[in-house]
Amino acid sequence: MELHEYSLLELSERLRRREISAIELTEAVIQQIERLEPQIQAYITLTPDLAREMARQAQARLDAGEWNPLLGIPVAIKDNISTRGIRTTCASRILQNYIPPYDATVTARLKQAGAVILGKTNMDEFAMGSSTEYSAFHPTRNPRDLSRVPGGSSGGSAAAVAAHMAIAALGSDTGGSIRQPAAYCGVVGLKPTYGRVSRYGLIAYASSLDQIGPMTKTVADCALMMNVIAGKDPLDATSVEVPVPDYREALRADVQGLRLGVPREFFAQGVQPEVAQTVRRAIDQLADAGAIVEETSIPMVEYGLPIYYILAPAECSSNLARYDGVRYGLRVGAELGHIGMMERTRAEGFGDEVIQRIMIGTYALSAGYYDAYYLKAQKARTLLRQEFDRAMAQFDALLCPTAPTPAFKIGELISDPLAMKLMDVLTIPVNLTGLPALSVPCGSVDGLPVGLQIIGKPFDEPTVLRIGYTYEQLTRQ
Amino acid sequence: MALTIEQMRHVAKLARLELSDEKLAQFMGHINALMAHFERLQSLPTESVEPTSHSIPVYNAFREDVPGTPLPREEALANAPQARDGLFIVPRIVED
Repeated sequence: MELHEYSLLELSERLRRREISAIELTEAVIQQIERLEPQIQAYITLTPDLAREMARQAQARLDAGEWNPLLGIPVAIKDNISTRGIRTTCASRILQNYIPPYDATVTARLKQAGAVILGKTNMDEFAMGSSTEYSAFHPTRNPRDLSRVPGGSSGGSAAAVAAHMAIAALGSDTGGSIRQPAAYCGVVGLKPTYGRVSRYGLIAYASSLDQIGPMTKTVADCALMMNVIAGKDPLDATSVEVPVPDYREALRADVQGLRLGVPREFFAQGVQPEVAQTVRRAIDQLADAGAIVEETSIPMVEYGLPIYYILAPAECSSNLARYDGVRYGLRVGAELGHIGMMERTRAEGFGDEVIQRIMIGTYALSAGYYDAYYLKAQKARTLLRQEFDRAMAQFDALLCPTAPTPAFKIGELISDPLAMKLMDVLTIPVNLTGLPALSVPCGSVDGLPVGLQIIGKPFDEPTVLRIGYTYEQLTRQ
Repeated sequence: MALTIEQMRHVAKLARLELSDEKLAQFMGHINALMAHFERLQSLPTESVEPTSHSIPVYNAFREDVPGTPLPREEALANAPQARDGLFIVPRIVED
């Protein structure tokens, strides 16, 4: 096995025991990128020189006797997370040359721990999409099958981890953008509870739904990443003052007596029968290991997509108003006066999908339609949350598929925006309710990976990780 | 209900987007298909329901009123499309 193929946990142990150096590890991952990136195109910006310098600094800290699980580990960061001095584009022409003057809190925390930054990963423009095909620059290919999409919007991060072109990565999840690509590429992805991880420096799409989380090779690696990025941040008023546990303590292969609910609506909703079967087999294995599994029902789930496609565009239309050609980003048509400049800059800077979401949101918030759309969706969101609250009161976690199908072909859904949006039907309700959810690989259909989604109570990432870890251990042999 | 081309023009103006009628017609097709699919939301009874704007109830987030260090002016201007004398340069806004 080659160095870049090991998990974060294994590599950090080897670094601690001084069997390998941070410099040779980073070099191995850079070489893997040089081999595979021409086909997969997981990255928008690569920073090999910076990575080598950070690896040298990490090794100096290791040599001085310092150690933590992320020290010297090469990681990739989604291109909507601010990195001081490194171009951060959101896969949009409007930010094509934007260089953030500050670090996102998660970036600062990774740097402090001594992680090595390899580059910025590809995504759907402004995180709006489910295939990474809406990147303004290029699509990314799924490492498990190069003719297929890696999912999205964090498709670059998922593909980089799956192809061992990063040991771990950060993604962001507004409607499934960590979990769905993790499922499609056969890696682990966690959307933490809303407010668990600081959003400071995450370029906003829909602020009440966005959350940053880890994408890793194993559940244990996910726990190690959470230990670094979770916690209250004074720079994000929506981050919550709840004590951060040591997530490593959740890594116990034991689900004895845990009550797990299986909401039947999550197996309808256009879920391919083979995907449903694969996920049910995984659930049976957890039951065999001692979990108490019961069927349950969350009928409001069918309203998840309609609620989301009012609220997310409404928030996006407000958040993306800042791209006006004045202070940063693209400027086109300065000769047209200030309104003309804004109108042309935005029309040329944003891609079609982003423009359509801005327009839906602007309409939903406009005079005369606010009550019918925006307020209505907010009220429906309350009903959805109440149903989840009732279900979560009876169970320790809920289990279901992450996505209705395995990865689809590149180009297959690009001309059918509605079909593309239906790929998020099982992940969106979790963003609307703010709950934590993990996607763990649970087998394959026609050789393509399938994800098991584990939904937990607010701030109960430990139980979610414990169930995922148990499943991983059961299927390891 | 479906958006008309006039409404699409109005929304584009509100959102500060310069779009041709051709583009507007194309987007109108997609947007109306999406809204038709989601029409079922309208029949959901919600009369006595309180709206939810955030999933985790945080009502006020106070902090000590302590001044921090702002971004240095050069860094704040580093990404400006046009800057001069420590200022952002924009097209003329005030008429003669």
